[in-house]
Amino acid sequence: SGDAKAKTSNYSTTEKTTSYKSITSYCNYYEFGTSKRDPAKHAHSLVTSPWTVDVDGECDNPGTYDLEDLLKPVSIEERIYRFRCVEGWSMVIPWMGFPLADLIKRMQPNSKAKYVRFETLYDPDNMPGQRTDSLSWPYVEGLRMDEAMNPLTLLSTGLYGKDLLNQNGAPLRLVVPWKYGFKSIKSIARISFTELQPLNSWQLSSSSEYGFYSNVNPDVPHQRWSQAKERRVGEFTKRKTQLFNGYEKEVAELYTGMDLKRFF
Amino acid sequence: MHIRSALFNNTIKPIFFVLLLLPTLLLIKGISFDTLGANSPEYVFHSLGEWALRILLLTLLLSPLRRALRWPQLLQLRRMFGLFTFYYASLHSLFYLWFEQSLDWLAIYSDIWDRPFITAGVLAFLCIFPLAITSTKNMMRQMGRRWKLLHLLVYPAVIFSVIHFWWLVKADITEPLVYAGLMAVLFAERAWGKLERR
Repeated sequence: SGDAKAKTSNYSTTEKTTSYKSITSYCNYYEFGTSKRDPAKHAHSLVTSPWTVDVDGECDNPGTYDLEDLLKPVSIEERIYRFRCVEGWSMVIPWMGFPLADLIKRMQPNSKAKYVRFETLYDPDNMPGQRTDSLSWPYVEGLRMDEAMNPLTLLSTGLYGKDLLNQNGAPLRLVVPWKYGFKSIKSIARISFTELQPLNSWQLSSSSEYGFYSNVNPDVPHQRWSQAKERRVGEFTKRKTQLFNGYEKEVAELYTGMDLKRFF
Repeated sequence: MHIRSALFNNTIKPIFFVLLLLPTLLLIKGISFDTLGANSPEYVFHSLGEWALRILLLTLLLSPLRRALRWPQLLQLRRMFGLFTFYYASLHSLFYLWFEQSLDWLAIYSDIWDRPFITAGVLAFLCIFPLAITSTKNMMRQMGRRWKLLHLLVYPAVIFSVIHFWWLVKADITEPLVYAGLMAVLFAERAWGKLERR
């Protein structure tokens, strides 16, 4: 899936990309430990081949799909996106992937499908963090259907022209560049179409601190810390955080009339 | 237990001095050889804060250790441990003002008021600051009984420090829990001692 000749996208930023070493060594992936260095150390135990994705819920084409079959009809392109963690650091990452919308269309969601719910693989034997209760397992994330269909929303299989490493969510992960990083769920094993808004893992862990939407917003502080600034990995002083992580033009209309402080 | 004063002053004290300076040396080495990970500024920032808390807890450990080992000389290490706590806490605070907030005083002011974990950190620092400036022998003599009273501030300092760390952590509270546990044991030992001496 790591296609070196991938076309680049108009959605890509021209900002300086974060080094491959930083992207692959500084990760949040609690299934492999809660420190940033843990995933790179422990994620080798994740078995990514063969890989299947269960598709279920409100759609006409449910089933268990081999990853190869999901990837066969799509063309992989490069998307260089800003990536902002809720903790206050950010990167610029050259992802390889395809729009989530392409996959959703093939699954033919029905009129009841209002949300898309994702699950990370549940495999406590090979994911040591799942044997602790740092979060409830498996990891769950979700998007509203229009967010999922937005052309910015990506399913990623690689970065820097190479296949994803396990610590970055191999073999298939979500990338939602205008939301805090934890929305971009890793190592997806299940995709469900639901009528009700899914309860994502961090919201379940602390609903006063982490919402469903989790849009990057400098004016809506986290309950305990400010979100006005961020440290771009590789830089010393902090820079100002942008509304919707700088993707206001592409996504602001999704939230017209919504109180972003209430729906954080 | 007793070690010859000359040996204690010329060997034991310098050894502890170097040990307490070691985290600084390791951070400098880490920065020089780029081994602190992708987000080295944050690593340095958190590391300085954690060492301030660890050394503060070690400072409080000296008295019970002195009693358990019947080793009165340990009391002579307390000032050094306390000043190293102040040293790491000061670097941690300077880092916050300079690199986290770019000396934007308005932002710093609102950050302190709006975020309880920052408030707790500031309160911890305000508790240890007067202890550091009254740490000289001269001050001790001048202040007499009031010195002992003032230095009770070390207890709120450690409470605020543990809270500061606890409220910052996102999900895995193991480390703050360890420090809170240690703090609880240290407090319980003192309370127990007070009751016994009655």
